[in-house]
Amino acid sequence: MACAEAVQKENLKAAGTIVKQIFVLAASQGGTMPKVAGYFAEALAHQIYRSHPPRGVSCSSTHESTAFDDMLHQHFYESCPYLKMAPVVHRGGVDGSQRRSRRSSFVAQKAACNAHGQDSSYFLGWQEYEKNPYDPTTNPTGIIQMGLAENQLSFDLIESWLERHPDAVGLRRDGALVFRELALFQDYHGLPHFKKALADFMGQLRGNKVELQWRNLVLTAGSTSANETLIFCLAEPGEAFLIPTPYYPGFDRDLKWRTGAEIVPIHCSSSNGFRITKRAVEKAYQQARKQRLSVKGILVTNPSNPLGTSLTHAELRTLLDFALAKGIHLISDEIYSGTAFASSPAFVSVLEAMQVHPLNLDLADRVHVVYSLSKDLGLPGFRVGALYSANPEVVAAATKMSSFGLVSSQTQYLLAALLCDNDFTAHYVAENKKRIAERHGRLVEGLRRAGVECLESNAGLFCWVDMRHLLLVDTFEGEMELWRKVVYEVGLNISPGSSCHCDEPGWFRLCFANMSEETLDVAMQRLQNFVASSSQCSGHGTRSWPRGSISFARWMVGLSSSRDHRRSERGY
Amino acid sequence: MMLTGLIAPFHFSFTWFVACFLKLTTMAKSCVPLSELATSNTHGEDSPYFAGWKAYDEEPYDAAENPSGVIQMGLAENQVSFDLLEEYLEQHPEATGWGCGISGFRENALFQDYRGLRAFRQAMATFMEKIRGERAKFDPERIVLTAGATAANELLTFILADPGDCLLIPAPYYPGFDRDLRWRTGANIIPVHCNSSNGFQITTQNLEAAFAEAVAMGFRVRGVLITNPSNPLGTTISRPVLEEILVFAARNDIHLISDEIYSGSVFSPDEFVSMAEIVEERGYKDCERVHVVYSLSKDLGLPGFRVGAIYSYNDRVVTTARKMSSFTLVSSQTQKMLASMLSDRVFVENYLETNRKRLKERHDYIVEGLKDAGIECLRGNAGLFCWMNLAPLLKETTREGELELWKLILQEVKLNISPGSSCHCSEAGWFRVCFANMSQRTLEVALRRMRNFMDGPTPIRRITSLPFKAEMALKQKAYSDLESQAHLQIYLKNKHEDALSLLQEEARIKDETIAHQQTLINLMKAELAKTRPPSG
Repeated sequence: MACAEAVQKENLKAAGTIVKQIFVLAASQGGTMPKVAGYFAEALAHQIYRSHPPRGVSCSSTHESTAFDDMLHQHFYESCPYLKMAPVVHRGGVDGSQRRSRRSSFVAQKAACNAHGQDSSYFLGWQEYEKNPYDPTTNPTGIIQMGLAENQLSFDLIESWLERHPDAVGLRRDGALVFRELALFQDYHGLPHFKKALADFMGQLRGNKVELQWRNLVLTAGSTSANETLIFCLAEPGEAFLIPTPYYPGFDRDLKWRTGAEIVPIHCSSSNGFRITKRAVEKAYQQARKQRLSVKGILVTNPSNPLGTSLTHAELRTLLDFALAKGIHLISDEIYSGTAFASSPAFVSVLEAMQVHPLNLDLADRVHVVYSLSKDLGLPGFRVGALYSANPEVVAAATKMSSFGLVSSQTQYLLAALLCDNDFTAHYVAENKKRIAERHGRLVEGLRRAGVECLESNAGLFCWVDMRHLLLVDTFEGEMELWRKVVYEVGLNISPGSSCHCDEPGWFRLCFANMSEETLDVAMQRLQNFVASSSQCSGHGTRSWPRGSISFARWMVGLSSSRDHRRSERGY
Repeated sequence: MMLTGLIAPFHFSFTWFVACFLKLTTMAKSCVPLSELATSNTHGEDSPYFAGWKAYDEEPYDAAENPSGVIQMGLAENQVSFDLLEEYLEQHPEATGWGCGISGFRENALFQDYRGLRAFRQAMATFMEKIRGERAKFDPERIVLTAGATAANELLTFILADPGDCLLIPAPYYPGFDRDLRWRTGANIIPVHCNSSNGFQITTQNLEAAFAEAVAMGFRVRGVLITNPSNPLGTTISRPVLEEILVFAARNDIHLISDEIYSGSVFSPDEFVSMAEIVEERGYKDCERVHVVYSLSKDLGLPGFRVGAIYSYNDRVVTTARKMSSFTLVSSQTQKMLASMLSDRVFVENYLETNRKRLKERHDYIVEGLKDAGIECLRGNAGLFCWMNLAPLLKETTREGELELWKLILQEVKLNISPGSSCHCSEAGWFRVCFANMSQRTLEVALRRMRNFMDGPTPIRRITSLPFKAEMALKQKAYSDLESQAHLQIYLKNKHEDALSLLQEEARIKDETIAHQQTLINLMKAELAKTRPPSG
């Protein structure tokens, strides 16, 4: 009360002291009391800070009030670390108090809580696959892995390059070992040589329509780490990012687990081919507000995993306009940019869309791109990811953070040599796309023969397959049932849409680049047999079920179920 | 809460409006708000520890090109045994390649099981056992690989502490911990203050005092983190002290992280006791709270390859750490190369032995050289650095005085050393000096500079009232007496040595003190003779 009074009298210093007092008092109490009191004080501080700037005043005085704002912010947030953490503590409150009674409070919430999204039934599918993997000669009836977005189509190109460049592999330059130099290289800015090569390569994948500044790149151990780093840089614990559904299940771990951030889905539907609309984005934003979440940005994957489609100019424009209008960030995860195999519609990077936007200067600070060599070059084991941002503060903070996940200098050295070879990269990119296109065509054709359609796509190592007509019940339970049948009876490990938070049951992701052509043919043959037999059983070709609206509760079911870590790491 | 919710939209459009206004009028800095984390200073990279690096970067020493440049003595890098590693690679070209078999590269490039290559974990386990003289066992299934010890320490903090909790760390400690353990995790560090009176040894009293302090500040203490051998002290922690720390952790039901990244850099293998040994000797009692951190950056001198590891005796910690390691995996290419290197028993044994020998030579050389210049160091037995006492040179015994001297040494002597205050040392005047990141010749240059500084007409001399060297000697003597006493006390307390060695030690210290005092007297005489106005 005294605190409130102090605020009223504009005596902020006193108010601050009193808030601190509350914490001291709260800390001396036992049980859940400190949490409640802590949260109360946090809210108090929040209100003082938020409610203070006068609204609707002229520009000159706004200037002053921002400075005032900063002062307050500094006072309440920086001088008192508990404040910042209060929402986190609050969130874990129930969980925490339960744990304490069991003595297993021994490890932190992060270890105990389930935000890493492990426990899931899809795990079973992978277990099944590992117990019984398909092999054309030794185990022709085994399960075929179609849940793994790996690119194995163009290894021969890299292999022949490696054979021609033993120095790059053997840590040598002109025959002499550069081992010492590399072993000691621990500058978190990365090898400039490698960063330049990577920036050029990224420019090349964007048709050289954008020029990337290598100094704006931050190297990370894979895009997993790049995404997390960006969230750490952009959002406080408890703040939210909007992500269009269906999305890569790993995001639930990568973006939320350690950062304490939240994901609010932008619901996309099959009615318009899962395109992002302004209405859907606005709706998600309102939804976040209803949940009292402050939205810090939007994250999209372009080309999309699991859809295999790239964003159109119009969609990108919508997203950029929205980010401008709401004063939020836009992260574009473009790790599949090199797999965009179609010339029309071609892949458009957000960096390109940004250039033609009338307010491109304002956008520079808020648009961030994530990249990795795991998919385009098929080198997930080497852990090379990167984030690109024209915001110098983000680059500076992310560079410091990259200390927690740097790329091995040995790997940087090898890949610098590889990516510097422009003839090689040009050939590789073209040939790789051609092979992906062929493979993609083969899968689509095989599916068509089985009477199964898929979303028309232009990128990715997978197709988004519509099996709604094969569902016995038009629910996510029905989807799981079908999925189980496909795994156990048909012998294909595929990813159900619910694992990607898809709103509509009956969609599946099928990967095609992690196996040989022959294996793909076997998989398609199995699927054809399955569809034929199941339509015989049901007596009439395909069945169409009335589309029911998807309840929020059901969506929540999807949310809590995501695959085991290692599996999802491998799978997506 | 309601109010906050209602105001949020206003706040956003408002900020945006202001931001755009600023942008249009002044083209000012970033308009979209970033997180506290991105803008805050908790990464601690603005401390003198890093500032010195910048000075070095601007003007690095080079024997031929820039002989008056700054010599980097603030970097704990091990360059003394590279020739052995290079020799290995010359003899085993297959270690870096994938052989002629096509599947080798493919398999390796696609390998993304976050447990890491089995062969590599096995090799790491064996290597860690070898370093500990095979007195401790490591199960490869418990090794969690991370991209460096930096990530390993952060990961453990994420797992063991909630935001707002704290860890106790004996000070002086590695300055990087301020970033690694606090920045993103939101955890706090409470230093356990150790001081020179007992050679900076950790005691139960100090631990209890820090614990009480943390509780009084309202923190929940989640663990104690020790570095053994210590960075920056360059000393190992003795067995009884380790036991005390474990007992302390158990009594207070907290975790114990033992960062042993310098374990292979102990000059004599018998002088290092790992926490893993203590755990085994106690029959794994209380082992669920013990976690060991290791890395190849120091012992093999491979910081660029980013290989760190967590070894925990707690199943849940292992499982969670493994999941979390997705954010910080080690390149499979590097794992493959190091797996073959570390699996070579002959190479490993030879490397460890030679490396220890060379480090000891370097260490003895610098300690001797500093002694000649009139500077004492804490008696060290490990690490890539020594802990040097310049307290007698301080104008005032404060942090400011220490930083003044540090700046002087950086600017005039052109040596970048790390001030003790950056390591949170509670006593002013201590500095960490690294000796393994340069050639023997550069080290000679550095020592010569130090000697000239001590002998020459330094600015310190101008500001001190007493003749410089004499005062230095007096202060040094006071310290050395204290140290000898402390050593005696420790020996008596631990009763680890038999009576004979105790007596010998006592005699040795006495002799040393006498010799030391004799030198001092001579020094003072010489000093006074110089300053005395010519008579007559």
